[in-house]
Amino acid sequence: MSTRRAAYEARQRRRANMIAGVSTFGVLALLLVLVPLAPGWQAVKASFFDGDVFLRTFPGLLQAFVLDVAIFAWSVPLIFALGLAIALARGARNPALFPLRIFGAVYVDLFRGIPVVLLVYLVGFGIPGLGLPRPWNSPYIWGTVALVLTYSAYVAEVLRSGIESIHASQRNAAICLGLSERDTMRHVILPQAIRRVVPANMNMLVALQKDVALLSFIGPVEILRQAGIYKSLLANFTPYVAAAIIFLCVTVPATRYADYLLNKDRNARS
Amino acid sequence: MKLFITAAVLTITATAAFAAGHCAAGKTLTDGTLTIATGNPAYYPWVIDDAPESKQGFEAAVAYALAGEMGFSDDAVTWVRTSFDEAIQPGEKNFDINMQQFSITEERDKVVDFSAPYYTAPQAVMTTVEVAEGGAKPTLDSLKTLKWGVVASTTALPIVMETIAPDQSPLVYDDNANVTAAIKAGQIDAALFDLPTALFTAAVLLDNGVVLGQFDPEAAENPDQFGMLMTEGNPLKECVDEALTALTDSGKLAEIEAEWLQQATGVPLIK
Repeated sequence: MSTRRAAYEARQRRRANMIAGVSTFGVLALLLVLVPLAPGWQAVKASFFDGDVFLRTFPGLLQAFVLDVAIFAWSVPLIFALGLAIALARGARNPALFPLRIFGAVYVDLFRGIPVVLLVYLVGFGIPGLGLPRPWNSPYIWGTVALVLTYSAYVAEVLRSGIESIHASQRNAAICLGLSERDTMRHVILPQAIRRVVPANMNMLVALQKDVALLSFIGPVEILRQAGIYKSLLANFTPYVAAAIIFLCVTVPATRYADYLLNKDRNARS
Repeated sequence: MKLFITAAVLTITATAAFAAGHCAAGKTLTDGTLTIATGNPAYYPWVIDDAPESKQGFEAAVAYALAGEMGFSDDAVTWVRTSFDEAIQPGEKNFDINMQQFSITEERDKVVDFSAPYYTAPQAVMTTVEVAEGGAKPTLDSLKTLKWGVVASTTALPIVMETIAPDQSPLVYDDNANVTAAIKAGQIDAALFDLPTALFTAAVLLDNGVVLGQFDPEAAENPDQFGMLMTEGNPLKECVDEALTALTDSGKLAEIEAEWLQQATGVPLIK
């Protein structure tokens, strides 16, 4: 049975939906009409949205994208392991472990402060230049190291903020139960902290997925480089658009899935 | 009679120069000046010391000779810098002609206009003394076994993939400096450049660089030819071509090439 209030609310919702629909449609229509009216549209279209070039280069780009996924896949566990270690080091409470805290702080300041691409160059060309033999001088190894250094610094800060957000009463309660400091962290603090920072870490993962492409600067032919090769051979930017679409196909569902997990978790707890 | 012929030739040349000067009138970005783009930085031996205004270096010298042929005085030449991407992107350009070792290809020609070629570049294999002493030889069989590196925006990659077809997939870099860094780091054995660039890189940028061999440009199906890049449908193209033809016919172009790119002899041909 609907009350007058429920009916009123339903009417208001319908009205809001309709306004949202009309305004979205209006903006889209304006874009679709106005952009092609720009004087350079034909040139831009030929250069960025060439159907033939798209179809010719798409399979090659997809193949190159496998390398991005692989680099991503082996970087992520390393990043989280190192990030957690740094976060714990920064949070060490024992006075004897003070040097560890300093190290953690310096690490984060240093690697979060250097642009990723610079670190990729420095580590990717610099360390192998010291005279490592093959295969230990591979750009895949040192490029990954550069990514791990940068992203573990970010992840460490995210995890630390999660750890610090857990109320002191949790720690006190654990101590009252007789848990050691180590067990408190492992069984009480971390499970709550990590869950709390999942959205921030998903952000990191999406950013990482795109930054994997920076490894192309030191040699590996991943999707961005493959697109660049096609661009220079065909003098056409369409391969970049194709690469962007491939990236979106991965990053958008990943983000939506993280949102879904979070909502599920929130609903389960409330 | 001889005098008459000389006089006739002189007259024709003079007329040609005059006509060329008129040919470009009103077709350049700024009336009365010719705006030429080069790379940033521009590399030796194409431009010496990254200063094209000094007319030192092959492309700088060709540019001034071309401008002179088209009726522009040296003062009327303006230099700008562009990347490869800026040269091919749609929209207004800030140059009349762009000269930075652009290889003429059919696909590129659909998007931009190229002048007649001003240089045919033999592709050369650059490597290190260590690799050469390790048994690398200027034969296709030997080159197959090397780890290759090339610059992404050049036509070197198709040549490596199709002609050499190496056992390991090549690594690809943004520019010559990164290829050099990768060779120093031991990540690649060899790189494919046009011969003048290979000679310069081996001699100046690397302590242990050698040019192992060159591909015979006469034998190549599509020899790598450098052309000046202009926007698609640029009316200036016919003036540039006319002037280049005049430079070629008069032997001036060959003279400039001999002056700046002469060390190219003595590099073995790859079999």
